[in-house]
Amino acid sequence: MTGPMPRLRLLALVLLAAGAVGALLPGAMAKANHSASLREASHSSLASDSDVNAGHAVFNARCATCHGDAGQGTALGPSLVGVGGAGADFELRTGRMPFSGSPGTQAVRKPPAFDDATIRNLVAYVASLGTGPPIPEPRVDTAAVSAGQHLFIANCAPCHGATARGGAVGGGALAPPLDVATPVQVAEAMLIGPGEMPVFSSLSETDRNAVVSYVAYLQTQPDPGGVSIGGIGPVPEGFVGWVLGLGLILVVVLVVGRDWRGSRA
Amino acid sequence: MAAEPMLTWIDERLGLAAWARAGLRKVFPDHWSFLLGEVALFCLVVLVLTGVFLTLFYVPDATSVTYSGPWAPLRGQSVSAAFDSVMRLSFEVRAGLVMRQIHHWAALVFVAAIVVHLLRIFFTGAFRRPREINWLVGIGLLLLALTMGITGYSLPDDLLSGTGLRVIYSVVIAIPFIGPYLAFLVFGGEFPTPEIISRLFVFHVMLLPALLIGGVLVHLAILVRHKHSQYAVPGATEENVVGRAFWPSQVFKSTGLAILTAAVLALMGGLIQINPIWAYGPFDATTVSSPAQPDWYAGWLDGALRLFPPIEITALGITIPSPFIPGVLLPGVAFGVMTLWPFLEAWVTGDHAEHQLLDGPREKPLRTAFGVAGLLVFVILTLAGGNDVVALVFGVPVEAMTNILRVAIVAVPLLGFGLTYRICRELFDRREAPGQRRASVRLRRTAAGGFEEIEPD
Ligand code: HEC
Ligand code: HEC
Repeated sequence: MTGPMPRLRLLALVLLAAGAVGALLPGAMAKANHSASLREASHSSLASDSDVNAGHAVFNARCATCHGDAGQGTALGPSLVGVGGAGADFELRTGRMPFSGSPGTQAVRKPPAFDDATIRNLVAYVASLGTGPPIPEPRVDTAAVSAGQHLFIANCAPCHGATARGGAVGGGALAPPLDVATPVQVAEAMLIGPGEMPVFSSLSETDRNAVVSYVAYLQTQPDPGGVSIGGIGPVPEGFVGWVLGLGLILVVVLVVGRDWRGSRA
Repeated sequence: MAAEPMLTWIDERLGLAAWARAGLRKVFPDHWSFLLGEVALFCLVVLVLTGVFLTLFYVPDATSVTYSGPWAPLRGQSVSAAFDSVMRLSFEVRAGLVMRQIHHWAALVFVAAIVVHLLRIFFTGAFRRPREINWLVGIGLLLLALTMGITGYSLPDDLLSGTGLRVIYSVVIAIPFIGPYLAFLVFGGEFPTPEIISRLFVFHVMLLPALLIGGVLVHLAILVRHKHSQYAVPGATEENVVGRAFWPSQVFKSTGLAILTAAVLALMGGLIQINPIWAYGPFDATTVSSPAQPDWYAGWLDGALRLFPPIEITALGITIPSPFIPGVLLPGVAFGVMTLWPFLEAWVTGDHAEHQLLDGPREKPLRTAFGVAGLLVFVILTLAGGNDVVALVFGVPVEAMTNILRVAIVAVPLLGFGLTYRICRELFDRREAPGQRRASVRLRRTAAGGFEEIEPD
């Protein structure tokens, strides 16, 4: 009985591992491809190849239950009149829409539910519902990071944290970390103020570009000083100081304090 | 050997040999918990050494300058000369960043080591007669260490520490009658003042270190004078100290401990980022940072401010602003009780005798239970100081977290008190040392096949 069992288990293990790699790899690659295609898409933003009617069809199938047949809004979802291309593009490309959480909860970032062409059609349809901000075309400029940091600390850091690692906003909402948002999405977020986030249309376009540049800088620059433990300051620092610092030293104390001659009475 | 005539020459003039001989023979008890205070001492040494290095480059000046160093996001921004110098330390001075980080980590571990040392003293009753004075000195040292930490935290003049100073200012000003005067005296005017940085600097590098180092010397001198207390190991009595001599045994232990403590701190300073002021940005009176927390040892003070409901009490025509009770009264009472504990305990128990032998925590259930309850209050207040971060970690809304902690601050210490008391009583009644095997029960098989216990003889 003991003969075949370990071999079977080994086989199962190998299969499991292979399955895991198989499942994860395409996902990771798709993510990489996706962000590349996002950048391209943003440049050709509302290009002529988008089709309002095709968008309307998808909208009726996937969005109308909550947002109404003409995007006028229902009890389940707000009106989309006037959210513009920026609003639709942001919600769809960050996977927030179609909403799949329980009513009243925060829409969270997910892999997008639609391919690029469908998103463009949907965006064109939602944009046609009223006048709203079109998809912005931010300019990432390293010369602007200084102005960007200043604006970011004053306007965004109170919720997203100084190092953009995210934070609690109150009312149970979370300001997400900004480690994966693309420049376009950052610009869109400022224009439309998703969820609990305020609208920052009061900032000039130059200022918004500066903020986008700083967020992009935070995503790519090296973080000096060693392993970053959250980048949110004293709470994780105190934790590490106790657990790792004093913890290691207490191990040392126990070792040094031991009676190595073994003659303790 | 040339050294010997020289030593003789010195000894003939100073007569140090007898003193040194006695010193080298000082006996140290053989228990690891006696090394905790030494850890704090060695952290202090690391703090002084790295601190001197930092002082060489730090500029205690609130004047505005334009940052033009290598950190792109700050280039062109208007910052204080103090902030500028810390940025220079971090990015331009060779080894500056690692020194800064070692200094900061050492400060966190220093206070932690003091707290653990204090807990050892408390739970073993090492503060009893004749050691009450050294307990008082120790509490003074803890206070000095906290003040050192808070003043040091504020020196970089970044947005995070500026937010901390603003909180301190609002607490000081809330003290009835003298608050506004005191706040103006300390800060030199209404917050934010240009004076505060240079004042903090003088306190942090001169007055407080002098008091701290002087206090440590007194602490050690009294220790030598008293000789060590000890656990009731076999052979230990109220009249002797059982252990090993300073030379050759303890010297090696202590040296090893010093080197390893320094190594751990250096490792942390080199590998783990702490206080990235370049991300927080310079202090700006119109902005507050978030999440804003003080270093851990001041977290309980901030936590009390966050937990306490914002009520203003008006009595006899004077209004007590809401930060006063959690910000001044509570820490005052906490430190007051801690300071007076040896006297309170002696008064309550009527035990005024000298004690060289230490208690096991279970032998004094009431004291142990009080200590645990106090510790739990401290822990919960500290958690409350980081309520936004704790809420994030546990995925609970901040408001709910605050309410949970408001309940916990009352319930958990009470529960801890009761439980600790029960456990201590239980353990003490069994009179077993931890880890000691229970006497086995011996059985005899009877002719009928049953078992009966053999009475121990
Ligand atoms: C299950 C219900 C539901 C479905 C289905 C749904 N949404 Fe939403 N939608 C919501 C809710 C609820 C909100 C508000 C949530 C928030 O702001 O975080 C919202 C918000 C939005 C917004 C932002 C509105 C604003 O004022 O900024 C856009 C744009 C949007 N949805 C588009 C869509 C599109 C396009 C689809 C179809 C692909 C869709 N939604 C499907 C419920 C839904
Ligand atoms: C009041 C708090 C608050 C402030 C201030 C704030 N945000 Fe947000 N932000 C949020 C919340 C909450 C969300 C999540 C929105 C949702 O529920 O869909 C968010 C989402 C975002 C996202 C989407 C992230 C992702 O990966 O999906 C971006 C980008 C963003 N914010 C950028 C900014 C920028 C840039 C600023 C400063 C100009 C800023 N935010 C200021 C609260 C805030």
